[in-house]
Amino acid sequence: MSKLQNAIIGGVRAVLGQVPAAWLPGGTPDPLIDKRVALGGQQSRVDGPDKVRGVARFAAEVPMEDLLYATFVHSTIARGRIVELDTSAAEAAPGVQLVMTHRNAPKMSVPPAIGITNLKAAGNHTLPIMQSSEIRWNGQVVAVVLADTREKADHAATLVRVRYEASPARTRFEVGKRSAYTPESLLVERNRLDKGDAGKKLAEAAFKIDAVYTTPWENHNPIEPHAATIVWRDGKLIVHDATQMINATAGSLAKIFGLKAEDVHVSSPYVGGGFGAKGMWDHQILGAAAARLSGRPVRITLSRASMHRLVGGRTRTEQRVALGADADGKLKALLHHGYGVKPLHSVCDEAFSLTGRSLYASESFDVVQHYVDLDLLANSFMRGPGETPGTFAIECAMDELAHAIGMDPIELRRRNASTRDPVSGAPHSQNAMMAAYDLGAARIGWDRRTPEPGTRRDGEWLIGMGCASGTFPFTRMPGSSARITIDAEGHAHVASAAHEMGMGTATVQRQHTADRLGLPLDHVTVTIGDSSLPFASFAGGSSQTASLAAAISAASRKLATELIQLAGNDTPLAGLKASEVEFADGGLRSVENPARQESFVSILRRASRRELSVIGESGAPLEILKFSMHSTSAIFCELRVSEVTGEIRVDRLVGAFDCGRILNTKTATSQFKGGMIMGLGMALAEETLLDERTGRIMSTSLADYHVPVHLDVPDIDVLWTDIADPRAPLGARGIGEIGTTGVAAAVANAVFNATGKRVRELPLTLDRLI
Amino acid sequence: MPIRVNGAEVPPPDDARISLLDLLREHLHLTGTKKGCDQGACGACTVLLDGNRVLSCLTLAAQAEGSDVRTIEGLAGDRGGLHLLQQAFIERDGLQCGYCTPGQICSAIAMAEELRRGDPSYVTLDVAAGPPVVTRAEIRERMSGNLCRCGAHNGIVEAIEDMLAETAR
Ligand code: FES
Ligand code: FES
Repeated sequence: MSKLQNAIIGGVRAVLGQVPAAWLPGGTPDPLIDKRVALGGQQSRVDGPDKVRGVARFAAEVPMEDLLYATFVHSTIARGRIVELDTSAAEAAPGVQLVMTHRNAPKMSVPPAIGITNLKAAGNHTLPIMQSSEIRWNGQVVAVVLADTREKADHAATLVRVRYEASPARTRFEVGKRSAYTPESLLVERNRLDKGDAGKKLAEAAFKIDAVYTTPWENHNPIEPHAATIVWRDGKLIVHDATQMINATAGSLAKIFGLKAEDVHVSSPYVGGGFGAKGMWDHQILGAAAARLSGRPVRITLSRASMHRLVGGRTRTEQRVALGADADGKLKALLHHGYGVKPLHSVCDEAFSLTGRSLYASESFDVVQHYVDLDLLANSFMRGPGETPGTFAIECAMDELAHAIGMDPIELRRRNASTRDPVSGAPHSQNAMMAAYDLGAARIGWDRRTPEPGTRRDGEWLIGMGCASGTFPFTRMPGSSARITIDAEGHAHVASAAHEMGMGTATVQRQHTADRLGLPLDHVTVTIGDSSLPFASFAGGSSQTASLAAAISAASRKLATELIQLAGNDTPLAGLKASEVEFADGGLRSVENPARQESFVSILRRASRRELSVIGESGAPLEILKFSMHSTSAIFCELRVSEVTGEIRVDRLVGAFDCGRILNTKTATSQFKGGMIMGLGMALAEETLLDERTGRIMSTSLADYHVPVHLDVPDIDVLWTDIADPRAPLGARGIGEIGTTGVAAAVANAVFNATGKRVRELPLTLDRLI
Repeated sequence: MPIRVNGAEVPPPDDARISLLDLLREHLHLTGTKKGCDQGACGACTVLLDGNRVLSCLTLAAQAEGSDVRTIEGLAGDRGGLHLLQQAFIERDGLQCGYCTPGQICSAIAMAEELRRGDPSYVTLDVAAGPPVVTRAEIRERMSGNLCRCGAHNGIVEAIEDMLAETAR
């Protein structure tokens, strides 16, 4: 983003540096850090029974009368314009109701871009959608066919004839690098970092390594395809969507179609995996336009090919890392430069160069990244954006440095682990990365590792072990809100437009609410997933749990105030202020004198109320500007490499995490493992194949894009330090993305230990090892 | 000839192109069976056809005429309770988003039968030595046609082990 943004964020940080921590959010640690009953247990997920019976309803499964099915026709050139468009055969095909192209599409404004200042914006790109004959990427939708069955729509789509006039398209990475641009900022950080003459320190260092690491294009490939069932009713737009951005999608659709915010309703109670992909892309917009034009409800389910044409993935990266260390292994210089693709119409940063700025206390830094502008589909956020490719480069480089010095890789990290933010000097809110290393090393049996590569074998198999750090920043979104309703039975109902795509959102907030309000678990219900509920920000940046927790906590404080007011004077609580009471045993009681208490049921009954509702909101996350708040992990891998075929078999993965307190041991374990398995896929197999001559993605199916299957996934051990972050709600930092970071490096480092071969390009396919 | 779906007879569709998956989801509104790829690559659409696991996206509805189709909705029987394996999935957290789950469950039920029959697999060490020994590798290999992008693999394998142990008793 801009210089202005850098100036504002820099200014706020400077001011907050002077402000006492106690005045900021998290200034007083959350009492639920230690006072836990349901939290910290291993609750099975509340939506488990519906999911295992197949009755949880996803976006493409909402029944609707008179439904039409949409199929897209995609452009086959990367840049140029449509010069001939013949839809007559398609229109005449059986069952076809409408063919929509730029000639008859309604006027739609450009999607508002996702950003930190507008939580109601969901645009992943800022190009006009079906407003002219212009083509901007290979795969852009040029026609939408609506028919009364999917088979008929699919068939008719093949009958649309399009002739293009191609203009020169920029689709080659190496060529684009020559005219790469350098953004001023990355997310909320300044891009360029130059501290302490790193070039000179590197030149003078006793030990140094300097290498280039590359990661390929990747796609999220959730198992549920993107889908929406869309209907217009009385001028209102209703979208049953698969999204991790409910309110942002509703807000954006309102803008695009010129509607009032309240006239768009987005519902998405279950999402079949997201990982960053399930935001707003062209399909919801085109689906809504076609539904309006045809006057009938529309279902759009993207084929795997359409997903790859319309939903952006993670950009490839090329990263140079140079590290210099003194004879004791202390880092003197850290240089991290590189390139990714971010077309100018794209919105999402792949900020890989932020990774090395928080992990290690180097004496000097020289860090900057550049973007290549190409005529491609916009790139997007994918699980652990930035840190996932960033840790591959930095953590392989650390392993190379350790080897160059002849030092144990864990010891090298111990000597350099940061004790405060290495760049800003801000204190950590909490950080115990080396404790995570100790846990993980003990679990995998690190002492069995032989430092000399290629020295352990079992027949044709070379055996090796590797480790790497993972890291991801803490984020809490402002403006997320939650409603707590207490009913006449004294039960609590929480509602918020939050998201469930496998994280166990309702499950953990139910535990939280039970503990917050002193209720048994079965007295609490949580409803999420619909824009008619109180506003919540998107599920991204591993921020949802912290944001919701802050909102519920704020609501609980309001609830105490309102209950005291409602209780009046005829209560044992009379005269007490909200700050003098606490929730316990299904009611409120005096902190000083627990005998003074009254239950919710009794307070409501006396006031002749059937229920009491309050809404609380997550405030500005100033704590992240005062403190350095990062989760860290230590990832360990043990594997075998066949000398004959180059095949890698990963035998064990261990992840030890320092993410604050763990709220639900069962669902957290699953989330960490899920992240690690995505990292395993990145290490071994995942690669989106782009034909650079045409800008067309070639690997548009799950047969071509390889994700880990059961036989690839070994037993995974997950451990955690469980040390509270006193600045975070519930003492917990987000855990959704950190699992993916560090894994590819741990695997590559284990491959080096097994074989002595240093592979700096992902994925680690057989051809790179033989 | 009608198709029997979870015990009920349904007429075959009039359009020969309709897959068994689309018949279930779009025509019969049995949406428990999931569409992940429609190309035979993910296993989300797995159902039991006369007891064997098939990919319903690669099966034309017409091919199921006269056959018995069992989907996730038909597993628990009419007691409304959960199948042993469904319960084990919840206990072992063999799911996150839940989208691959019905396919994993149907697939595993048929796989248990294949094991019982003694069908060998790619990881079976000695195919002549009689029924394969049930190991994690055997389960993993045999379940590899069912993708899970959330990464619930460990829990899924544990849940299947629980079911196999329970039914072996
Ligand atoms: S939907 Fe049938 S295998 Fe993917
Ligand atoms: S649980 Fe989400 S794909 Fe398996």
